[in-house]
Amino acid sequence: MLQQVEGSKAVADAIAACRPQVICAYPISPQTHIVENLSAMVKTGELTGCEYVNVESEFAAMSGVIGASAVGARSYTATASQGLLYMVEAVYNASGMGLPIVMTVANRAIGAPINIWNDHGDTMSQRDSGWLQLFAASNQEAADLHVQAFKIAEELSVPVMVCMDGFVLTHATERVDVPEQGDVDDFLPPYLPRQLLDPDEPVSIGSMVGPEAFTEVRYLAHARQLEALEVISRVAAEFEAIFGRDSGGLVRPYRTDGADTIVVALGSVLGTLQDVIDTERAGGATVGVLGITSFRPFPYDAVRAALAGARRVVVIDRALAVGSGGIVAADVRTALAGTGIAERTVIAGLGGRSITSESLREMIGRAVRDELPALTFLDLDAGLVDRELTRLRAGDAAARARRAAGRLTEAGSVRA
Amino acid sequence: MFQVRIHGRGGQGVVTAAELMSVAAFREGRHAQAFPSFGSERTGAPVVSFCRISDTTIRSHEPIATPDALIVQDVSLLNQIDVVGGLRASGYLLLNTLRTPQELGLTDAAVSLPPGHLVTVPATELALEHVGRPVSNVPLLGAFAALTGLISLDSVVAAIEERFPGPLARSNAAAAEAAYGIVAAHRQVAKEIAHVAAG
Repeated sequence: MLQQVEGSKAVADAIAACRPQVICAYPISPQTHIVENLSAMVKTGELTGCEYVNVESEFAAMSGVIGASAVGARSYTATASQGLLYMVEAVYNASGMGLPIVMTVANRAIGAPINIWNDHGDTMSQRDSGWLQLFAASNQEAADLHVQAFKIAEELSVPVMVCMDGFVLTHATERVDVPEQGDVDDFLPPYLPRQLLDPDEPVSIGSMVGPEAFTEVRYLAHARQLEALEVISRVAAEFEAIFGRDSGGLVRPYRTDGADTIVVALGSVLGTLQDVIDTERAGGATVGVLGITSFRPFPYDAVRAALAGARRVVVIDRALAVGSGGIVAADVRTALAGTGIAERTVIAGLGGRSITSESLREMIGRAVRDELPALTFLDLDAGLVDRELTRLRAGDAAARARRAAGRLTEAGSVRA
Repeated sequence: MFQVRIHGRGGQGVVTAAELMSVAAFREGRHAQAFPSFGSERTGAPVVSFCRISDTTIRSHEPIATPDALIVQDVSLLNQIDVVGGLRASGYLLLNTLRTPQELGLTDAAVSLPPGHLVTVPATELALEHVGRPVSNVPLLGAFAALTGLISLDSVVAAIEERFPGPLARSNAAAAEAAYGIVAAHRQVAKEIAHVAAG
């Protein structure tokens, strides 16, 4: 039903319509409103057949849904930022054991320094965890992706993270066509587990694998993720057939036909980018946008095909691999290998810094004129960082001088 | 696209005001987007919320830098932060106060808005009278409806009824209606003065 609703509430309603049987969660901003809403729905009886476990930590939240999923219950949790990091060991266990858990991550920066605002640093740290990662561009897509996530997860028996920009989406009240129960029931069959812990027929899962087979286990996980590329596309088509909305899938090109310059991005910045691209197109620039919905598995073929006609590609990364650069950019470069298309990386929106259309327009203008360096930090306070680097280097030099002086004195005293 | 920024302090319902405004616009078949400025919210700290209203899909998720209307729930903020920054020359400024704009020491830019676009309304007093608590956000929405004509009073009341339980909805609706009446009367007088001056 079409509603004017907060993103978190729309997601909670979509999750409830998926009939989860166990929810284990620990509140952390900006994810809190989602699990608060679900907890209230269980309490009031609006959501039946579901046990809500109010755990004492994120580690327990993930451990709880691992146990629930292993005994055959459709299981859900949500977290963000430090909460995701705190559950990491169990996050890898969930994927290693092939448990089809769905988790919302309301994307938020990682400390230190502590920062409660949005960027993609949290989920990017888990890009190699074996979970699928689907990024929502809007609250409509966030609601829809959760419904698709259960189907994808259960079909492949792998866990899925649905990533939505914290605050920017979770706390925005917008028009959302919230998936209705009848449609969700038509779309999503009841959960039939691939494997089941059953006291009457006891087995172990997640037991030790030595060097003789560990490579094969990892190979199979990789093969499974590559199969997900086909499943994600098909599930999006099945979703559209029932809900009438084109939502999800691998990538989302916007005005890329005939575009010399294509900007690649994930998440809520895509809407702002589309507005900017419309303005630029009206001014005669041949520019387009490619949204990546499935970051894991990374759709190399789809990305390469969508970018094939471009002369240059700009990747906006809302996280930074310190000492390396862009994270999405590295995957895009791999996808572009051998094409001769130039790639430029733009780090933007870290720790909640707004990505404004004005800054995007200016950046795209520079890209089109081939003035953009290989790595740019959008809206960086260059004066501040230059001053601080000068001060740090002076401090380094002074410390080296002190150490040198100390050694001389020591050497002198030995001779005396 | 019409863009609104609301300034107030934590606890004054600044975020709720933007949400209710978006619901009122949604009920009229418009597209709307409400969102808060995100911070470590504390009672009394400066808070900003935003609302976009459009006849077409709203895709942008950037904050509003150049609003078409500003609502100031707490005029003590005028001396602390640049509340009127970015307000468009054709914009509207709605202030919750018993004082006049001159008494508040507003900048030239703010007071040189088009005639009738700068309005003060004693929203806190209206809330105390009708709701019994100093919740100025809802009466200001009634005043906003009268000032801009962008949303109707009926939609504001419907949004209030959707959000609050019976008696609380009725008292808040009464406060919104009272504020609407004050601003509508003010607009009528301004129109007549303009008419006389032109004639």
